[in-house]
Amino acid sequence: MTMSEPQAAQEAAKARGAIWRRAFSYILPFIVVAGLWQIASRFFPPYLFPSLVDVFKRVFEILVTWDQLSDVLATIGRILAGLAGAFFIGAALAVVMARSQSANRFLSPILTLFQGIPALSWVVFAIIWFHGVEPRIFFIMVMTTLPSFTFQVLGALQGMSRDLTEMVMSFRPTRAKLFRVMIIPAILPDIMTAWKVNLGNASRVVVVAELVGATGGVGYELLQQQQVFDMAGALAWTLQLVFFVLIAQAVLTFIENIVFRYRAVSERTL
Amino acid sequence: MTAAQPIIRLDQVTKAFGVGRSFTAVDRLDLDVGTGQMLALLGKTGCGKSTIFNMIAGLTEPTSGIVTVDGRNPFRDFDAFRGKIAIVFQNDRLLPWRTAVQNVGLGLEMLDIPPKLRNETAMHWLGKLGLLGHENDYPHALSGGMRQRVSIARAFATDANILLCDEPFSALDEMTGRTLRAEFLKLVKENGKTAVFITHSINEALEIGDRLVVLKRPATIALDVSLQRNCTIENKEAIRGRIQDVLAS
Ligand SMILES: Nc1ncnc2c1ncn2[C@@H]1O[C@H](COP(=O)(O)OP(=O)(O)O)[C@@H](O)[C@H]1O
Ligand SMILES: [Mg+2]
Repeated sequence: MTMSEPQAAQEAAKARGAIWRRAFSYILPFIVVAGLWQIASRFFPPYLFPSLVDVFKRVFEILVTWDQLSDVLATIGRILAGLAGAFFIGAALAVVMARSQSANRFLSPILTLFQGIPALSWVVFAIIWFHGVEPRIFFIMVMTTLPSFTFQVLGALQGMSRDLTEMVMSFRPTRAKLFRVMIIPAILPDIMTAWKVNLGNASRVVVVAELVGATGGVGYELLQQQQVFDMAGALAWTLQLVFFVLIAQAVLTFIENIVFRYRAVSERTL
Repeated sequence: MTAAQPIIRLDQVTKAFGVGRSFTAVDRLDLDVGTGQMLALLGKTGCGKSTIFNMIAGLTEPTSGIVTVDGRNPFRDFDAFRGKIAIVFQNDRLLPWRTAVQNVGLGLEMLDIPPKLRNETAMHWLGKLGLLGHENDYPHALSGGMRQRVSIARAFATDANILLCDEPFSALDEMTGRTLRAEFLKLVKENGKTAVFITHSINEALEIGDRLVVLKRPATIALDVSLQRNCTIENKEAIRGRIQDVLAS
């Protein structure tokens, strides 16, 4: 397609406009919440609603002070380690459950039962069963995210197209090739979604896990703020985790956009 | 054509489905297909054609009886048939995450053909089916006819000498189906394949097969005729009449 130059410029301007509009609609809710908070801070003492200026000063301070930044990184590390552990164990369980009816019947109720156990209970069990902070936290993170990972991967495996699987089987692949050419690409979209969902869950659980066991990390720091009634500090530490989740989600979405570009896009959305 | 050495053999094959195997889809079927034969398997929808197809392809196992392809059990000898049987399904069954050329190369990948040769072979078959220029398109960007062409290219690319087709053109419009059928027939003859071609269309069966087997429900043979290569139009019309009688009764 060829376009005259002014036309092309017009198109480009339109595209830029669309991007700005989208960015604006994305940040609008944040602006509203922040605005309401800022108004509240004028009428309440700082230990209830501190000014956002103070909060962001603290956020910045955390980011540029290695002592504090290392706490954030430690927590992120714990989230990622726990998720990775739960994902690999969950994926292995899901494969076993997808292949064997009896394994499925046996494991499903157990995992469902796990889902009903509160994070705080796992914290108590972890303290009783394990020594050392990191193994305890890892255990808590794995146990709280394992059921959903397993069920999500299992659902993806069971939802695979039977037609396509039969087609691939007709070429008689080895087990490794079956995974590579069929199973992994077929379930990848669901795996990405599972990571997005569990990332949010894990970042909420990690603080609980750290509250009791750890001597460092965001959860530990939050506990310190609570003891001195420092609302700005509590918010600043919380925001670190929120930012992490937002960034991680954005990265996953970016990867999705590249990996799943084979998908047909409809101009009509749901 | 007299059946040469049978390469596909069904011996008293029964397939039953459902609770307690209460529904018989194929009932004690005997069928031999000779090497190089082009067998058209004809029957009404639901008479068990795909079930027979799946048993020959080794995708399902018969409830009783024996299926052998090239002297082996296609269901049990999983690895032995790698690259030996190629299949064209009713729907194209392309992997949506692969481009046309990657889809055509799928079977070659299973045979550990190195990427360069794989790509060349896939391109060769895409060319044969008139798809050059579309090799890097994903399936969603291709029309129904083009997708079925890709799936035919995929079947030919492994150079298997047995070709199984389950109503490959029935989902296409009349014109596209006819063109593709002619191209397909040419490719089968050029490459000397043994083929089992399943269809519910009498016209298609008469056009494609050098032997016609008509099935009745549950799948048992109701009619088995060989067509001479120089079969006259009158002959064909006579056979058409017989098939119509069988299917109507
Ligand atoms: N997996 C299955 N489970 C139960 N019934 C089946 C299954 N596959 C096929 N059938 C039944 O067997 C009969 C023959 O089916 P099919 O071989 O697909 O027929 P055709 O291909 O000739 O249209 C149908 O009545 C169908 O409902
Ligand atoms: Mg069928």
